[in-house]
Amino acid sequence: MAKASKKKVSKAVVKAMDTTAAVTPDVVYDEEDEEDLSKADEVITSEDEDGEDERRRQKLLEAISALGGKRKKTLGERSEPSVQMSEFTVNADGEGDKIDLSDLIGTVERTSAVPATTKKQLKNLQRSTKPIACPLSKQESQRIQRDVAFQKAATEVTRWKSIIKQNQRAEQLVFPLNQEPIGPKPMERVVSGWKAQTPLEQEIFAVLSANKQPINDPILTPTEEASMRAMSLEEAKIRRAELQKARALQSYYEAKARREKKIKSKTYHKVQNKAKRKEFLKQFDEMVVADPASALEELNKIEMSRMQERMSLKHQNSGKWAKSKAIMAKYDDGARKAMQQQLEVNKTLTQKLVSSLNEEEEEEEKDEADAEVLPELVNDAEQVLNSLNPWMRGKLSEEHKEKEISNTVDLTAEGPGNTVEEDEDEEEVEETEEEKLLREFESRRKLRHALETDAAPLTCMDDNTEDKAAAENPDVSDKEEEELSEFTSLFRGIADSLQEAESETAEAGEDHSTPLEEDLIRVRTLEDMELLSQENLPSGEAAAPPQQPPDTAALSSATEKTGKNRKRKRGIELKEVLTKGTEVIKVPLIPTTEDNEDNEDTEDRDDGLDQSGLIKEAFAGDDVISDFLKDKRKQEDAGKPKVVDLTLPGWGEWGGTSLKPSRHKRRRFRVKTAPPPPRKDRHLPSVIMSEKRNSSISLHQVSSLPFPFENHAQFESTIRSPLGRTWNTERTVKKISMPKVVTQMGAIIEPMAREELLKERKQLVLRSFSRPCSPCFPGSPVKYSITGESCVFNQKHIGYRY
Amino acid sequence: MCNTRGPAMAEVKVLSRNPDDYVRETKLDIQRVPRNYDPTLHPFEVSREYTRALNATKLERLFAKPFVTSLDGHRDGVNCMAKHTKTLSTLLSGSCDGEVKVWNLTKRECVRTLQAHEGFVRGMVVRFCGSSFFTVGDDKTIKQWKMEAPGYGEEEEPLNTILGKSVFTGLDHHQKDAVFATCGQQVDIWDEQRTSPIRSFTWGVDSFSAVRFNPVETELLASCASDRSVVLYDMRESTPLKKVIMTMRSNTLCWNPMEAYYFTCCNEDYNLYTYDMRFLDKPITVHMDHVSAALDVDYSPTGKEFVSASFDKTIRIFAKDGGHSREVYHTKRMQHVICIKWSLDNKYILSGSDEMNIRLWKANAAEKLGVMSPREREAANYNQTLKEKFQHHPQVRRVARHRHLPKSLYHQTKELRVMKEARRRKEMNVRKHSKPESVPLLTEKEKHVVTVVK
Repeated sequence: MAKASKKKVSKAVVKAMDTTAAVTPDVVYDEEDEEDLSKADEVITSEDEDGEDERRRQKLLEAISALGGKRKKTLGERSEPSVQMSEFTVNADGEGDKIDLSDLIGTVERTSAVPATTKKQLKNLQRSTKPIACPLSKQESQRIQRDVAFQKAATEVTRWKSIIKQNQRAEQLVFPLNQEPIGPKPMERVVSGWKAQTPLEQEIFAVLSANKQPINDPILTPTEEASMRAMSLEEAKIRRAELQKARALQSYYEAKARREKKIKSKTYHKVQNKAKRKEFLKQFDEMVVADPASALEELNKIEMSRMQERMSLKHQNSGKWAKSKAIMAKYDDGARKAMQQQLEVNKTLTQKLVSSLNEEEEEEEKDEADAEVLPELVNDAEQVLNSLNPWMRGKLSEEHKEKEISNTVDLTAEGPGNTVEEDEDEEEVEETEEEKLLREFESRRKLRHALETDAAPLTCMDDNTEDKAAAENPDVSDKEEEELSEFTSLFRGIADSLQEAESETAEAGEDHSTPLEEDLIRVRTLEDMELLSQENLPSGEAAAPPQQPPDTAALSSATEKTGKNRKRKRGIELKEVLTKGTEVIKVPLIPTTEDNEDNEDTEDRDDGLDQSGLIKEAFAGDDVISDFLKDKRKQEDAGKPKVVDLTLPGWGEWGGTSLKPSRHKRRRFRVKTAPPPPRKDRHLPSVIMSEKRNSSISLHQVSSLPFPFENHAQFESTIRSPLGRTWNTERTVKKISMPKVVTQMGAIIEPMAREELLKERKQLVLRSFSRPCSPCFPGSPVKYSITGESCVFNQKHIGYRY
Repeated sequence: MCNTRGPAMAEVKVLSRNPDDYVRETKLDIQRVPRNYDPTLHPFEVSREYTRALNATKLERLFAKPFVTSLDGHRDGVNCMAKHTKTLSTLLSGSCDGEVKVWNLTKRECVRTLQAHEGFVRGMVVRFCGSSFFTVGDDKTIKQWKMEAPGYGEEEEPLNTILGKSVFTGLDHHQKDAVFATCGQQVDIWDEQRTSPIRSFTWGVDSFSAVRFNPVETELLASCASDRSVVLYDMRESTPLKKVIMTMRSNTLCWNPMEAYYFTCCNEDYNLYTYDMRFLDKPITVHMDHVSAALDVDYSPTGKEFVSASFDKTIRIFAKDGGHSREVYHTKRMQHVICIKWSLDNKYILSGSDEMNIRLWKANAAEKLGVMSPREREAANYNQTLKEKFQHHPQVRRVARHRHLPKSLYHQTKELRVMKEARRRKEMNVRKHSKPESVPLLTEKEKHVVTVVK
């Protein structure tokens, strides 16, 4: 209130100021007019005072002045008195002045009724110095208007599209569209002004009213009505559909979970778990940004679980099982793998989660973590694996030497390693890259063992031979170096993050695959050549690549075996091998030369033989002409009418197994049909003309495929299926022969009304809810319960529809 | 013989049937007919049904007697007609001498005659409530009349008369509101309560021949103008929406009452064009068959078909998406058909023609008009499906498609066909002997649209 009053006061002040400002110029402008007015006033007053005489005198004066020819200026003028003088003593100032925007909106600043945005706009207007753009021409502006209006109308009209489409597709349309629903109607609507008259009726109504049963409207009791008000049928339907959908989704989900649970594959679960973890980490990262508090909580949880894992001896390979496996590990790859997996699990579980929240802490703990993770691996390696392997100890001091050893091994070792792998677990085709890597190293170790035992001098001479080998194929050695460096880096950075390590190992694995294939090529080509040309290539084995080291000879049988295995499983690699093999070895050239020779031979023959000779040779075996004649004879025979024997044994005479009907009877009942008209091709010895084509039938046959059908089969199938009630059940016939448009006799069909649009929308909503549910719950009862009264309603209005 | 031996029970076999299987409970029940649907017992199904279909088709042509009655009484050509919106049996017609007649169709008689205008009655429309109707005439007036006849001794007087500045040529009423539209020099929207239009649309043309409200999207309307264009309007906007200019002038148009964005206009070039109002650059369908200008068109209330009246003295019925007519009606005495209406129960067609008669036709020529028993209806439905199934067979098609045409009409049709073929051939030759792609290959739909003006 106080504020308002203050405003008023201020307004009043403003007004006052305005008026004071206005007074002075007004006087100046309107001096002449005022004089005139005062004159007129004088005249009037004098009239009043002097009466009749004066008036006469005035008339005389006027007449005289009129004679002078000068008219009074004021007579023809039209003036607006409000401009000069207002009843509120407020005069319009600056009448002839140029009006500024500030004059018009000066008071706007001070009034509270004007919204702030408007004030702002006005200010902007005042500030802007640019001239306003010239308005568009009338034609153009109208055109724009029309375009906009049309777009609007078009979108409005497009709303009908779904209904129109639906009606076009509908099997049957019943007009008028908005027919009254069939069913019980309230009594008042049927009979108006009906009253209980007989005593029985009165009694009944008394009872009904006493029990609060509906009298006028026989459909609903008050409770039901209340429930109706609580939830309409449409809403209930929608709600039910929603619930159904939710239930369906739940059941899907449950089924899926069950199914997944049943899967026995460890790899699958491993992958799944990994994916879950990844997902979780991602979410966690997001959470760190979005909701730090809960993220911290989560982090604590993770930390807790990590602590627990670290405390417990689980996955540490220290249990009974692990010990037994450790014993087995020397001989059994599977056991070793299992142990590795255990350690892997441990590693992942004790992995510290890196996030922005605990970055500071992390740096402190980094050294600790390194110490934590690395020793385990090292320990493990010492425990389980060969202690001779320096890589597995985590030392890489003797890099050079080790690498060289690996080179020799690499060329040969991969074969057996692979065989083992594939023999062992054929199901596990997809392995993780880490596993590959590990196995590779294992195999290398194995081979090194073999080398050490078999050829001690070779190990002594290590350096020289390996250097040579490296010189021979520098590419390979380079690659190996790369791998090694990667591997060392892997070892160093293992504490950084699991994901990084994984990706790196993956890379390393990929890198490994290329030399691996190269190796295989040599082996494969041999075999393939054997397969390709066994008979004409006795020197297939002799053509073995010279690069092949002597070590492989011992393992040749093994490699061949692997080759076969490979071939059985993977066709693609074989192809690769074939293409590359031709590059390396010249052997495949032999068959090609043979081919050339063959071609030359055939060409020679071609020269010798002419076309007809060739044909003769080609059809030497069959006699076409006689075949044709036979064919024709056969067709002619088929066209001849057969003699039909209609004799019934036992009729009119004795019958039995050994008795034949009499000759007389047989002759009597043998029906000879008239000979057919002569064949059209009887004078054409080299032509067969079909007699089957009947012109009288072709009159009734469809000559070309009618429009809506896409192929003959479709059309024929529609024609083939009968419609009548001889072939179909009553219901089917009714359904088939349903007319497309049904109209009611004597009913006016109104144009489509707007309400149809709303109806359609509702139906759409309903359908979208209920669609996924209907097939999965064909007969399920309505289960959901709405509290209290609406349950009654359910039974009445929804339950029975099922 | 056996019984004499002793009391041992003899086994007697008797035919026994359960009466429940074959006896009706009441005589109102339908007879139980055992059926065996084994296809081997009912061979030759295709040929049997084919015969049935052929017979049904023949019978249909036999029963096709579309002409119901002729209403005579006008003393000049019938220029316009209006359907009563609430009563099926009432029809209004206006003639070229300014006379309006109200007809009772069941009794086939005129129930009221009034001299509405001097000169032609150009347009006529019944208010949506059915209580009054409007007429416009050559005397530049719009008159509103009561539907009921004046009582004894009362004079026949219009409820309202609006004097316009120019001649009105067409009239239509809004579906729900008290608003109507007229056309003449411009398209005007009138409030029933006012004597001046609430809105006037002009767009460079000074002569409109017809205006129609959209019955579904009730605020939209369309008009045919003399500059060969069809113009769309929205009642709520101050400007027209769009127009399409065709090669020749459209006489009238009609909106599809069930499909909001389709309308059909009948053109001077003998064709009718169905447009989607959203895409005016090309008609959806070109309906051809008339051999002279099409003068009027009206949709069936189901929106599935429409009927057109033509200067060639015929009425043709088209499926809404059919390029050619499914039916042609003509009589010897019927002259140029000026106006046509499809009754609101989808059963009849009314035509007003130059020779002062109004004719009542059946919409389905072979349909039985009376009440049908269920068996009859089922048989009819079955026959209909059979006809549809075998419609592509040459014999059936020949019978079903055959119509008798007056000689002049027949020859005119043939002539037109020849002309069309000649035109096609010439165009082909031109294309053959000119630079590739300099003569564009236009479809029939594209040929007739000159331009779309935004």
